[in-house]
Amino acid sequence: MPFWPDSASTTAGQVDALYIFMVLVSAIMTVLIFATLIFFAIKFRKRRGKEAEQIEGSTVLEITWSVIPFAVFLAFFVWGAVIYFQERTPPQDATEVYTVAKQWMWKFEHASGQREINELHVPVGRDVKLIMTSQDVIHSFYVPAFRIKQDVLPGRYTTFWFHATKPGTYHLFCAEYCGTQHSGMIGWIVVMEPRDYEAWMTGGGGNQPLAVTGQQLFSQFGCITCHRSDTQGRGPNLVGVYNKPVLLEDGRTVNADDNYIRESILDPGAKIVRGFKPIMPTFQGQITDEQLNALVAYVKSLTQSQAGQTPKAAGMGTATP
Amino acid sequence: MATAVVVDHGERENYLNAGYGLKSWLLTRDHKRIALLYLLSITFFFFVGGFFALLIRLELLTPAGDLVQSDTYNKLFTMHGMSMIFFFLIPGVPAVLGNFLIPIMIGAKDLAFPRLNLLSWYLFIVGGLFMVYTIMAGGVDTGWTFYTPLSTEFAKTNVVTAALGVFIAGFASILTGLNFIVTIHRMRAPGMTWNRLPLFVWSHYATSIIQVLGTPVVAITIVLVALERLFHLGVFNPALGGDPLLFQHLFWFYSHPAVYIMILPGMGIVSEIVCCFSRKRIFGYKAMALAVLGIAVIGFLVWAHHMFVAGISLYAALIFSLLTYFVAVPSAVKVFNWTATMYKGSITYQTPMLYAFGFIGLFTIGGLTGLFLGSLGIDVHVTDTYFVVAHFHYVMVGGMVVAYLGGMHFWWPKITGRMYPESWGKLAALIVFIGFNLTFFPQFILGYMGMPRRYHAYPPEFQILNILSTAGATILAVGYLLPMVYFLWSLRYGEIAPANPWNAAGLEWQVPSPPPTSNFDETPVVTWEAYNYDELGEIPTKQEVPVAH
Amino acid sequence: MHTSPAAVPQDANAHTNDHAHDNPALLHHFATEGQQKNAASLGMWLFLAQEVMFFGGMFCAYLVYRFKYFGDFGSASQQLDIRLGAINTAVLICSSLTVVLAVRAAQLGKRMALVGWLLLTIVLGLAFLGIKADEYAEKFEKHHVPGASFSYHELLPGQEKFPPADRQYANPHHAEMYFSLYFALTGMHALHMIIGVGLFSFLAFMAWRGKYGPGYFTPVENAGLYWHFVDIVWIYLFPLLYLIDRHR
Repeated sequence: MPFWPDSASTTAGQVDALYIFMVLVSAIMTVLIFATLIFFAIKFRKRRGKEAEQIEGSTVLEITWSVIPFAVFLAFFVWGAVIYFQERTPPQDATEVYTVAKQWMWKFEHASGQREINELHVPVGRDVKLIMTSQDVIHSFYVPAFRIKQDVLPGRYTTFWFHATKPGTYHLFCAEYCGTQHSGMIGWIVVMEPRDYEAWMTGGGGNQPLAVTGQQLFSQFGCITCHRSDTQGRGPNLVGVYNKPVLLEDGRTVNADDNYIRESILDPGAKIVRGFKPIMPTFQGQITDEQLNALVAYVKSLTQSQAGQTPKAAGMGTATP
Repeated sequence: MATAVVVDHGERENYLNAGYGLKSWLLTRDHKRIALLYLLSITFFFFVGGFFALLIRLELLTPAGDLVQSDTYNKLFTMHGMSMIFFFLIPGVPAVLGNFLIPIMIGAKDLAFPRLNLLSWYLFIVGGLFMVYTIMAGGVDTGWTFYTPLSTEFAKTNVVTAALGVFIAGFASILTGLNFIVTIHRMRAPGMTWNRLPLFVWSHYATSIIQVLGTPVVAITIVLVALERLFHLGVFNPALGGDPLLFQHLFWFYSHPAVYIMILPGMGIVSEIVCCFSRKRIFGYKAMALAVLGIAVIGFLVWAHHMFVAGISLYAALIFSLLTYFVAVPSAVKVFNWTATMYKGSITYQTPMLYAFGFIGLFTIGGLTGLFLGSLGIDVHVTDTYFVVAHFHYVMVGGMVVAYLGGMHFWWPKITGRMYPESWGKLAALIVFIGFNLTFFPQFILGYMGMPRRYHAYPPEFQILNILSTAGATILAVGYLLPMVYFLWSLRYGEIAPANPWNAAGLEWQVPSPPPTSNFDETPVVTWEAYNYDELGEIPTKQEVPVAH
Repeated sequence: MHTSPAAVPQDANAHTNDHAHDNPALLHHFATEGQQKNAASLGMWLFLAQEVMFFGGMFCAYLVYRFKYFGDFGSASQQLDIRLGAINTAVLICSSLTVVLAVRAAQLGKRMALVGWLLLTIVLGLAFLGIKADEYAEKFEKHHVPGASFSYHELLPGQEKFPPADRQYANPHHAEMYFSLYFALTGMHALHMIIGVGLFSFLAFMAWRGKYGPGYFTPVENAGLYWHFVDIVWIYLFPLLYLIDRHR
């Protein structure tokens, strides 16, 4: 359709439906108001002998044309909120891709270790979640065909998930002004049939899964000396910690999400797990965003079954009442 | 018959001829002269900003970035935004028409603080000079929104001087607002109760509240940005523990209410014009006054609707989206009330009324598209695209600038003592309307298609709509140039204007055109309601225009 | 047609208004002295309202980071000299008292007392600024001024009770954040005090020339309002900057 973007995700249809609804309602409102204005302009034009009739107002009318539009607005709000809620809650088992934005390019690293620049290959019909951060200024990851956009911030992760519905190649734009080559920070999302996608993944050859890279870094940076998978470590056991509640020294309970793991590496003093001493050094400035992503991926991959034992280490924490 | 014109206009003392020479203007305390000083200054910045806009639209004729370099383009849209917002739209109507008319409308001799008024203008000029310096010294390319850490750490352009210019001009805005609030509270003539105030005054009262309470927040934010940039602080820099979202919250806390600073005065103008050219009192006076106050108050509660995809929490987004729909209601009510005012009126279509019609139509579209942006699901797709650009140009240009032009035409005879040429006025209004819609309507479509804003180059499928938009811009430019020419022409050759050429209600029409320096020989005592068109009767036809004395 | 504008009706204060026309302080665009005084008052209150918003932005930033970097801010705060801060608080409160006494003197027509109290206010204000300058100098020497030469190596509050090997240090970046806000807040406050001192100097001169008396002392009153506001800002700054985490 000319003048209409491609629709290639589950969200696209929902957003378009709401948009068309709003366009129709707005068009009706506009036509009504314009028609009334034009009608009044003609019917009540100045004519000899006809005087203007002074009318104070009408409280009933004021209330009516406040309440009815507000009810319509609430419909806009609720419908939009429902879509937004879905957009902001990624499904549990989505395929994850780490994204690092920098002036002026997009860098992707798949869990399989595959790396891409400015082009992202994804399978159709599967949930995909991007875990994104920026190396410098604020960028924004925007795929019009999916109708989704998310700012990419330095210093933390933001996420963006989608479920592609149609194979094809779709625009990727940076949508937050980021300097000289802002309009050059563009690329493509390549949605592939599952078989083609598998072929592409293995075709890359010799890529080490991200979590394996992370495991190597975990040793290389010395994390393993304190974060052992038993109760003897000077740091909390990280097996199974991802997305579970963690009880902190100061009594708060937080969720060990991607940002928590990232922050723990860069600013360990920010949140101390109850029962542990604040002795972890910071790695700020010594570690790249890509290495961080690998470490986070590794920690996330540490599930109960892998550890081979039921962990009872402190820090697994149940939420305090 | 108006043929026997007995005019000895030049000899009657009025504010224009009461003292000649640069000093009498640069050291004036007369609110009317200060209004004209502002008129010259903001018109200058309008054409500076407009010039940048033309270059932007020329570049966007082709998908490739081939007219100017990327850095230059980024400076163009940044300085277009800064000039237009901080040095034209925000001061605009309050500093020109507000300054000129408010004292007269309430029956006072001047504003409460005339010297502060002059200081405001000088602050505006100093801020403007910083802006001009910034432009000449190579420009600034952060976007008018100064987002961090781009503006504090990475931009290589004149951020600090631009920030200082905005900061200083901001104080001009605060002082003007302060002056208006005190004036409206304390300087009303006997009998001029709150319920008898023209809606133009109510609108400026609401605007002034926003100016006084909102502007300081962006002022301190800009100071922090400048300090951060100069001394490498980390308040907004994640690498040093700062939070870029804190900047956004502080910035938008002002910059959202700022849009109401820009539109409310225009709404006041439209109320005056619609009543006069329908020969009717406003429909729902109380509702209209409450509506402007409601917009001002609720307008302070919705700022994070600029940040739905910025990384705020889901719950914050829900709250701000809901609140955004609250602020839409009073604006809608105003549109309905203006329309209802025309019902059973006696309507004529002089230029000011054409602009008022234009405002109501274009503000309706602009406001409706704001509803789209307030809806979270839609906003995620269209924020930071041309949809937003189209929305805010509809309300700011289709709304505010159109209202401003309408007001200038309506009060031109009062300000200058001359009539503008009516046929040219109508022609220019039509050209502005056509040019405006052709420029900005295609941008809604571009936005939904996914064209991001602030893009120097774009994919080829967006070209045809961009060409339409640029064509519209050139037509719009003609529409803006015409009044420049015929307004200037009218100063010498325009018909001499009587005190009340429109037979309009309002104290400003009871004083001569142009008014004497002290506005009133004797303080008026008001015993009539606002918009007493039942007493005034019809608008004069050309033959009936009272002879000027 | 409506009635044409009538002349100003005489009100109850008409008699005193005649004298008012002799009052050189009455500006031409005001009808009465009362109107002028009310306008000036309202203007000053509005100005103070916008000052609240102005400082409010910085307080907002401070509160956000105070909660985010709780311990580090506590550590940095303990680098300030609480005695000097307390002395300054007392100095400012006294100067608010002298301002009130100045207004009283003006009300009672006591010219020399008015000048005296104004001068004393200035002296107290300068004392505050002097102590502040001393504090800033100390910060400069310890390299606690944010920017290129910033360096910070101090313990978090309460760490002394642990054995040396286990003690945790504050994050220098976050401490620098504290000091950035410290200097921004106190610097902006000091700037307002300097303006206040300048204002009072001007007023003291005018008072000495006999410009103020029972019939007209609005500038003294309004400058007093401004000074009280600057005092109140400090009364918020002192606990927020100097007194956090002192109990540990």
